[in-house]
Amino acid sequence: MNIPLKSFLWSTVAVSLVLLSSPGCNKPSGGGDGAGGEPIKVGQFASLTGKEATFGISSDEGTILAIEEINAAGGVLGRQLKLLTEDTQSKAGEPATVVNKLIARDGVVAILGEVASSRSLEAAPICQQSKVPMVSPSSTNPKVTQVGDYIFRVCYTDKFQGDVIANFVSKSLKAKKAAIFTDVKSDYSKGLAKYIKDKFLTNGGTIVAELDFNGGDKDFKAQLTAIKAANPDAVFVPGYYTDAALICVQAKQLGLTAPFVGGDGWESEKLTEIGKDAVENQYFSTHYHPDVGSELSKKFVENYKKRWNGKTPDALAACGYDSVLVLADAIKRAGSTDGQKIRDALAATKDLQAVTGKITIDENRDANKAAVILQVKDGKYKYLETVEP
Amino acid sequence: MTEFLQQLINGLALGAIYALIALGYTMVYGVLRFINFAHGDVFMLGAFAGYFLSPLVNRVLPAQSYAGGIIVLVLAMAICAALGMLIEILAYRPLRNRPKLTVLITAIGVSLFIEYTCQHRAVFGAAPRNFPDLIPANNWHLGGVVLSSNQVIVFVTTLLLLAALRFIVQRTKVGTAMRAVAFNEQAAALMGVNINSIISFTFGLGSALAAAGGILFAMNYASIDPLMGVQTGLKAFVAAVFGGIGNLPGAALGGVIMGVVETFAGGIPGLSNYRDGIAFAILIGVLIFRPAGLLGKVQTEKV
Repeated sequence: MNIPLKSFLWSTVAVSLVLLSSPGCNKPSGGGDGAGGEPIKVGQFASLTGKEATFGISSDEGTILAIEEINAAGGVLGRQLKLLTEDTQSKAGEPATVVNKLIARDGVVAILGEVASSRSLEAAPICQQSKVPMVSPSSTNPKVTQVGDYIFRVCYTDKFQGDVIANFVSKSLKAKKAAIFTDVKSDYSKGLAKYIKDKFLTNGGTIVAELDFNGGDKDFKAQLTAIKAANPDAVFVPGYYTDAALICVQAKQLGLTAPFVGGDGWESEKLTEIGKDAVENQYFSTHYHPDVGSELSKKFVENYKKRWNGKTPDALAACGYDSVLVLADAIKRAGSTDGQKIRDALAATKDLQAVTGKITIDENRDANKAAVILQVKDGKYKYLETVEP
Repeated sequence: MTEFLQQLINGLALGAIYALIALGYTMVYGVLRFINFAHGDVFMLGAFAGYFLSPLVNRVLPAQSYAGGIIVLVLAMAICAALGMLIEILAYRPLRNRPKLTVLITAIGVSLFIEYTCQHRAVFGAAPRNFPDLIPANNWHLGGVVLSSNQVIVFVTTLLLLAALRFIVQRTKVGTAMRAVAFNEQAAALMGVNINSIISFTFGLGSALAAAGGILFAMNYASIDPLMGVQTGLKAFVAAVFGGIGNLPGAALGGVIMGVVETFAGGIPGLSNYRDGIAFAILIGVLIFRPAGLLGKVQTEKV
């Protein structure tokens, strides 16, 4: 009896090892070696699974679309772009591992990623040290590009987003008293919370309750009960969609009726899927909305729908697409795949027409762009207003 | 005052779930003298069992009905009881006569195995899922205090399960055998108690309670993911130690106290970030003065 049992145990262990070590997602996409010369390798690290998976997937889909379009049009410098993608599983610790792998083993010329600021902050020092330019599609925490002169982003920073959200709440919602509920595990949430608070106080508002949670928590009722007791006119939740949806659900259960307002971390179909009617009428700011935009963004929406089975692109997809446009433009102007030259070209990006607007990289290596405010209506995201920087 | 009552209700609902899970830890410790670290993952599997069973049950019974909810709960408990027994037979039984440390480390291995297998995209995937409403959801407003039907269900189910557990352990033959094995395994074997089947039964019973906890947790907080058992399982384990490991009423009491303390800490601005830390700090405090836990008895070991 003992022996077959043991061998069964071993086979279970063996199966588990195979499952654990099954190759990640090192899938090259976007064409082979079409036009002359070796393809240019571009690395991407993205949260394709885990807590922020819908962000990572949207961003990845935008990135793939841009790479395919550029390759179809003949590539860059007469060479095709080859995208190597690694999954960070939305986990701390993974970005360092996969980015080291992309740089050291695969020899990529530049890195794209990530959506979450905490994970971009983890990879940025590695790129800076190896002198490989990194372009983050949608990490908004100001600290990300402060890591060094090789780190860029194609979205606005939370300094601007914080002002936009605070102004919207004080002016459009006419709120005087607000509560703020921060995810202390996320650099994005902590940074955005600080900027919202500063601006809201400058606008003459008062913060009546400041509470914290840990991203990934399931029970928010304790903090929400305290927020309800403070009776705010609005509640800021500068967090990610999974937590935000649960917070709205539990707030509704507790009879907390003040509007909830978030940032670009909210924009995911999971928000309405988990939040259902509890997220109805809540507000958040983001980078872009498919209803408003230039000719280029209309074309992008059309092509994206064609490529990804009718899925409407969200802001993360648009930012992912733009990150490739900015990088490809820089490689073209640099005329080489040398890290230093690409870096200089990236820093000199000016008035590049992209999906989320005209991109100019400023002296802090951030993009100055407009933000849009959306409201959840009937499970869809309705465009309310655009705020220019 | 309203806030105090509301937090008390929130805390009791959370604590009741901790209590259900803590019972599993404490029962296994009682009979085998080791901590089954995979217990928190059985709790997670219970929630996922409910998630997948609910649409199947809804084919026969209308969605959001009490009968449907109860059937989902009972089926999930049965599935997890079987899983718990399977884990014991595959992972722990072959190590029965090895040092306890070996079994303990195996338990951690089993826990990681379940977590990472379930996170694989061919199994559940790592993304959180929305848990369906099993029963019609209502909120009652009593003054400023809101009591949700889910919270009432949590209290009622927990009390019923605790009563059932007490009956099984104290009044039935198998319960007597469980207590005998916990008291002295060899003597129990000499009295004709089938040790293997009693240990299997203990794992089954504990896992069924964890499954019930998983479903109640998912109903109350609306979202489930493969790692939901890690933190909750840890808290329940602490609750079991807090109440006196090996002691059933102690585990239930420890769970309720943990839930309430954590909730009150979470509601204080500036401290809300430390809600887990505060719960653990209180545990340390209690263990300094009562090393065997609140209701545990200090056992002198004969050398």
